[in-house]
Amino acid sequence: MLSFDDLEPHLHFSNDTTYLVNFWASWCTPCVSELPAFESIREEYRDEKLKVLLVSLDFPGQVDTRLMPFLEKNGIHSEVLVLNDPDANRWIDRVDPGWTGSIPATLIYNRDGRLFHEGEYSYEELKQIVEQKLK
Amino acid sequence: MKKIIISLALSLVTMPFILAGGYNVGDKAADFKLPNIDGKYVSLSDYPDAKGFIVVFTCNGCPYARAYQDRIIALDKKYKSRGYPVIAINPNDTGLKPEDNLEAMKERAKEKGYTFPYLKDEKYDVFKEYGATRTPHIFVLTKRGSDLVVSYIGTVDDNYQDPAAVKEPYLANALNALLADREPDPSFTKAIGCTIKQQ
Repeated sequence: MLSFDDLEPHLHFSNDTTYLVNFWASWCTPCVSELPAFESIREEYRDEKLKVLLVSLDFPGQVDTRLMPFLEKNGIHSEVLVLNDPDANRWIDRVDPGWTGSIPATLIYNRDGRLFHEGEYSYEELKQIVEQKLK
Repeated sequence: MKKIIISLALSLVTMPFILAGGYNVGDKAADFKLPNIDGKYVSLSDYPDAKGFIVVFTCNGCPYARAYQDRIIALDKKYKSRGYPVIAINPNDTGLKPEDNLEAMKERAKEKGYTFPYLKDEKYDVFKEYGATRTPHIFVLTKRGSDLVVSYIGTVDDNYQDPAAVKEPYLANALNALLADREPDPSFTKAIGCTIKQQ
């Protein structure tokens, strides 16, 4: 489990990879419904310089009892980091100042630019953005 | 005259975006009339003696909202007598979240012993006007003459996991400041919460 200070470097890599960083939780219905889109994109672009990172906001007491079984059951193969840093007021703006704090929320970035979205993404929307970023 | 027309045209263009953004601290807030779990309608104008209100957009299912239920009850008990009662509003679309319908709200309020009204945003317009995006999302309103002014927007405190580990009780600090005729600092905080569910 990471504090935000531990997580923050993952939001600022300046290599040649494009990062899809999705903030979610296994109890969050709209988050769970968009996860297959992220998994499909990861699978589809596995040979490209694209990395999907799922930042789970599941409660610390539920990581073993709920999050892990969820990942197993749903065949989630993206890298999952668990963020445990309750004073979100301290770090939400450091992800993006436009984020009001609801999840799901997604940061897509590479060294050429950043795009933040609060709310769900469809597969088509993600694909379009990824295609553009990988150009 | 030309100038007036241009600025009017501009304001017409920008207005929907401003409305979509909801309230900022310092804005005047609108009253509402929403159904309570007892079937009666509640408005802020029903409280002529209140100094202000703690308006809490919340729901039944969201783990963050649930984590704060007991703290919201405690805040209502403490600040109602000082002039700031809690008014809870459930903004989730019951088509998407049947567990947030009036019947389920009634059960939750009974189970937890809510000491405050628990209203349904039945036309899903009040939360939009206020600019609530998540549950829980709190707006403290203060009466200034005949106006209701938004004095604090944000979260309850800095630790949803453990009330005993709270270092910054943001909402209580804001209320204490208002009761002492000071401006809350901070008057705006953020927290992770559940997206308000709408079709």
